[in-house]
Amino acid sequence: MLEYDRNKYARIHSIESFGTVDGPGIRFVIFMQGCALKCKYCHNRDTWDTNAGTLISLDELLDKIERYKSYILPSGGGVTVTGGEPLLQPKFLINFFNELKKRKIPTAIDTSGMFDITDDIKELLKFTDLVLLDIKHINDEKCKDLVGFSNKKELNFARYLSDNNIPVWIRQVIIPGITDSKEDLLELKKFLSTLNNVKKVELIPYHELGKFKWENLELKYELDGIPTATSEDISKAKKILGI
Amino acid sequence: MDFKEWKNFKDGSWKKEINVRDFIQRNYTPYEGDDSFLADATDRTKKLWDDVLELYKKERENGGVLDADTKTPSAVNAYEAGYIDKDLEQIVGLQTDAPLKRAIMPAGGIRIVEKSAESYGFKVDPETDYIYKNLRKTHNDGVFSVYTPDIRAARSSHLITGLPDGYGRGRIIGDYRRVALYGVDALIEEKKDELNVLNVDEFTEKVIREREEVSDQIKALNDLKAMAAKYGFDISVPAKNAKEAVQWLYFGYLGAIKDQNGAAMSIGRTSTFLDIYFERDLAEGIITEEEAQEIMDHFVMKLRLVRFLRAPEYNALFSGDPVWVTESIGGMGIDGRTLVTKNSFRVLHTLTTLGPAPEPNLTVLWSTRLPDGFKRFATKLSIKTSSIQYENDDLMRITLGDDYGIACCVSAMRIGKQMQFFGARANLAKALLYAINGGRDELSGKQVAPKFEGITSEYLDYDEVMEKYDFMMEYVAKIYIKALNAIHYMHDKYSYEALEMALHDREEDILRTMACGIAGISVVADSLSAIKYAKVKAIRNDDGLVVDYQVEGDFPKYGNDDDRVDQIAVDLVKTFLNKLQKHYTYRDSKHTLSILTITSNVVYGKNTGNTPDGRRSGEPFGPGANPLHGRDTNGSLAVLNTIAKLPYEYAEDGISYTFAITPAALGKEEDIRITNLVNMLDGYFEKTGHHINVNVFDRSLLEDAMEHPEKYPQLTIRVSGYAVNFIKLTREQQLDVINRTIQDRI
Repeated sequence: MLEYDRNKYARIHSIESFGTVDGPGIRFVIFMQGCALKCKYCHNRDTWDTNAGTLISLDELLDKIERYKSYILPSGGGVTVTGGEPLLQPKFLINFFNELKKRKIPTAIDTSGMFDITDDIKELLKFTDLVLLDIKHINDEKCKDLVGFSNKKELNFARYLSDNNIPVWIRQVIIPGITDSKEDLLELKKFLSTLNNVKKVELIPYHELGKFKWENLELKYELDGIPTATSEDISKAKKILGI
Repeated sequence: MDFKEWKNFKDGSWKKEINVRDFIQRNYTPYEGDDSFLADATDRTKKLWDDVLELYKKERENGGVLDADTKTPSAVNAYEAGYIDKDLEQIVGLQTDAPLKRAIMPAGGIRIVEKSAESYGFKVDPETDYIYKNLRKTHNDGVFSVYTPDIRAARSSHLITGLPDGYGRGRIIGDYRRVALYGVDALIEEKKDELNVLNVDEFTEKVIREREEVSDQIKALNDLKAMAAKYGFDISVPAKNAKEAVQWLYFGYLGAIKDQNGAAMSIGRTSTFLDIYFERDLAEGIITEEEAQEIMDHFVMKLRLVRFLRAPEYNALFSGDPVWVTESIGGMGIDGRTLVTKNSFRVLHTLTTLGPAPEPNLTVLWSTRLPDGFKRFATKLSIKTSSIQYENDDLMRITLGDDYGIACCVSAMRIGKQMQFFGARANLAKALLYAINGGRDELSGKQVAPKFEGITSEYLDYDEVMEKYDFMMEYVAKIYIKALNAIHYMHDKYSYEALEMALHDREEDILRTMACGIAGISVVADSLSAIKYAKVKAIRNDDGLVVDYQVEGDFPKYGNDDDRVDQIAVDLVKTFLNKLQKHYTYRDSKHTLSILTITSNVVYGKNTGNTPDGRRSGEPFGPGANPLHGRDTNGSLAVLNTIAKLPYEYAEDGISYTFAITPAALGKEEDIRITNLVNMLDGYFEKTGHHINVNVFDRSLLEDAMEHPEKYPQLTIRVSGYAVNFIKLTREQQLDVINRTIQDRI
C-alpha cells in the first residue's frame, strides 16, 4: 500500500504508552517510520525504511490517546512524536497536532531538524509545544561523517525555533571520542548561547543496546569497538557545557 | 466497659461493644505531611537485626530450615517462651522456644508433616506419628475420605490445582487489635454472651456446631492469656501504652501462627490503630520518635521471623517461604479524612531501618485522594526496595467500607467481620484444551471429564469452540465447588481456626466467601483471539488427540489495550463466576473469584500442553492477570488499561498484576521517577485497576543475584501478590521473573 492519504494516515513503527524520557511528564510516544539520515549510532535502525512499518489512521491514533489522558494530563505530560524522523510526514502531523490541541493535550516533536523551513513545517510548529532538537554534531565535517549530512539545516532550524519562541530541549548524544571533544562542546555551548528558547540541554549517553537491530538486519555496525558513555563522560561534558 | 488504660481516649460506642473501627474513627490523627519526622534505627535495633541476619545465614546454610521441633504438635500455648536476645528485644514472642525453629501442625495432615520434615533431614517423633496416624484423624484424611473419582481425576490432571486439601487454608484475619484495645477477658465475656444466644430450643446441627466453635474460641482465648503469661505479661486487661499495644496485638497474631499453618496468615490493618497509642504517648512525653520507631522495628522484625514447615512441592507452588503477613496501610475513611497516620510512615520506614524484605507483605491501600506526602514516600520506597504492593482503596471502599484488610495478596475482607474459604484456582487454559479434545487430557490422553465430541475439523471454528468451552467450564465449575465444599467442611471439622475466629464478630454477623480462582486468563484470551481473528489449524497425533496448533496470520493480543481481545477476557471472568454461582456452597458462603496465581503460573504452565495462541507446552502462564511475556508491545500503560478492564465486581477476591520496570525507563532523575510512578498509579486506579506489584530494578542486578546469591541476602522482588527473597526462588522461577517482567524499551 504505497498510495494513501498522507493527511489522514501515518506510517508508524510502534507506540510506547508510558514514555518518560522524551519530554516532561508521562508521554504517549509514537515512533514514526522512516528516516533519511544515516546515523552510525542509531538505536532504532529498524525505523529507517520509509516503506516499512504500519499504517495508522488519524482517528485510530486519537482514539488510542484518549485512553491515556488520565495518566498524561495530571503528570504534565503529553504526546511526543519521534522516530525515525517525524518531519518526513508533516501533513499528517499538522492534522494530528491540531486535533491534540483541540483536546488540550500538549505536543512535542523529537527531530534532527535537518529540514528546510517549508510552509508545512511552519504550520506544524504552530501546534507544537516543545521541540526536542537532536544536534547531531556541531562540527559540520564530523557531522557529515557521523550521520551522512551537513548540520547547516539543523542549525538553521534551531535559529528558526528561537526566532519564533518555540520552546526547545537540546539533545546531544555523547559518544566517547566522537562527540565529546572539549573543542566541539565549547563550540556547541557558544551556539546555544545565541538561542533564546532553550529550556533544557540533555546529554544522552551513547549505548550499544540498539546494536542487535543492525545485526538482525544483517548490517554492519560501524561503531563496533567504540566504548559506551560512562557517567564520568557525561559529567565531564556537562562541566564543559556549564550545565 | 471502662478501663483505666483508656484514659484520654474519646468516648464512643466502642466502649459499649466490641467495635475497633469506632475507636479508630473517634481517636486517630490523620497525617498529611512528609517523611521528614522519621527517626533512624537505634543501636539496639541494629544489633538485634544483625543477630537476625546471622540466623538467616545459618538457616540458608542449613538447607532452608534451621531447626524443627518434630515432637510437639503446635498450639497456642504449646511452647515455653523463646527469645533472640532478651535484653535487646522490645517486643517479644516466638512461634516455638527458639528463633526460626519450626513447629509441626499435624491436625492438617500427618503425611504432609512427615514429608516436610524428611525433606529437610528431620524425622517426626514416633509417638506423635502414631497418634496422628491411628488415633486422631486429620483435615487431609477427612478430605480424601470423601473425594469422588471425578474430583480426584480433575485434581491429578491439574485441571484444578493448588487446593488446600493438604495444607492449611489460611486467609483468615483475626482482629488482633481487639487484644490490645479490650484485653482478653472482655473478649471472653463477649463470647460467653454469644453462647447464651446460642442456647435455643431447637438444637439443630447448625446450632450445635456453632456452640462447639464458640466454646473452642473461648478455650483459645484462655490459652492466649496463658501463653502471654509465660513471657511475663498479663493480657487479660487492655494495653496501657504504645509498647504494650504493639505487644498485645502481636501476642494475638502469635497465637494464630502457633495454632495454624495457614497458606496466608495476614495481620490486618494495624498501623493506624497503633498510631493512636503512639500519639497518646508522644503527647504525654513518655516516648520519643526514636522509641516509637524502635517499637515498630522490633515488631516488624518478629513478623519477618515467621516460619512454617512446608514440603518442597508446596514451595514450588508458593516460592520463597511466604507467610503473607499482609499489613494494609493507608487508604481513606468514608468521611473523607485520610487514614494515613505517622505510623503508616513508620511501618513502611522499616524497609529502610531494617532494609528490604518480603515480609510483612506491605500493602498500600491507594486512593487518588491520599495525601501527596504519603504517595511520594511510598513510591520512593518502591523504587528503592521493590517491596510494596498497591491496591485500589477507592474501589474496595465502595463495598467494604474503611476498615477492611487484605488477606494474602489481593483478597479484601472487613476485619473481624468476614472470612474466606480459600479455593486456589481452576486452570481455564487446560479446560479450553479439554473442550477441543472432548474432555481428554492433552498430555496424557486420559479421559478426565465426561466424554463428549471434541472438535473434528482441521481449522478451529470460534463459535464451535466456544460452545464446547462453555460446556467444559460448566463441568469444571461443578467439580471445583464440590471439592471446595469437601475441603472446607473438613477444615472446620479437624483444623478449626479457633483463635482467629475468636477475634471475629458473632457467627450471625460473619460473611463467608467461597474464594475461587482462575489461572491462565491471558493464555485463554489470546487463544480465543487467535481462533477468532487468525486461522488456527489443529494438529493431531495418531490417537486423534489435538496436541498442537498452527496459527496462520496475526491476531489481537491481550495486554495491548485492544478491546477485541480484552473483551474476551472480561467475558470469561463473568461467565465462569456465573457458572460457579449455580452451585451450593458450604455454609452458604458467597461465591467470589480471583485472578491470581502467585508464582504457580510456572507450575500450571508446566502441566499444560501447547495452546492455540502459540504458547508451547510447559511454558509458564502469565502470573495473575498479566499478559504472556513478550505479547504486550505498546508499553506499560497499555497493559494497565487492559488489566483495569477486568471487572472487579465479578472478581471480588482480587485481580493481581505484577509490574516491573527499570529505573531508567521510569524517568531520568529520582524526583521525576517518583512523580511518574505516582501519576501512573493514580491513572491506573482511576480506571478501576485493582492491584499492582511494583518492581523497579535492572535486569543485570537479577542476573548477578542468580549467580551470586550470597551477595543479595535481602534482595526482594514483588511477584504475583506477594514479595519474595529473590534468592529463595527456584532457578526456573528466577528465569521466569527475568524473562517476563522487565519493561525495558530501547
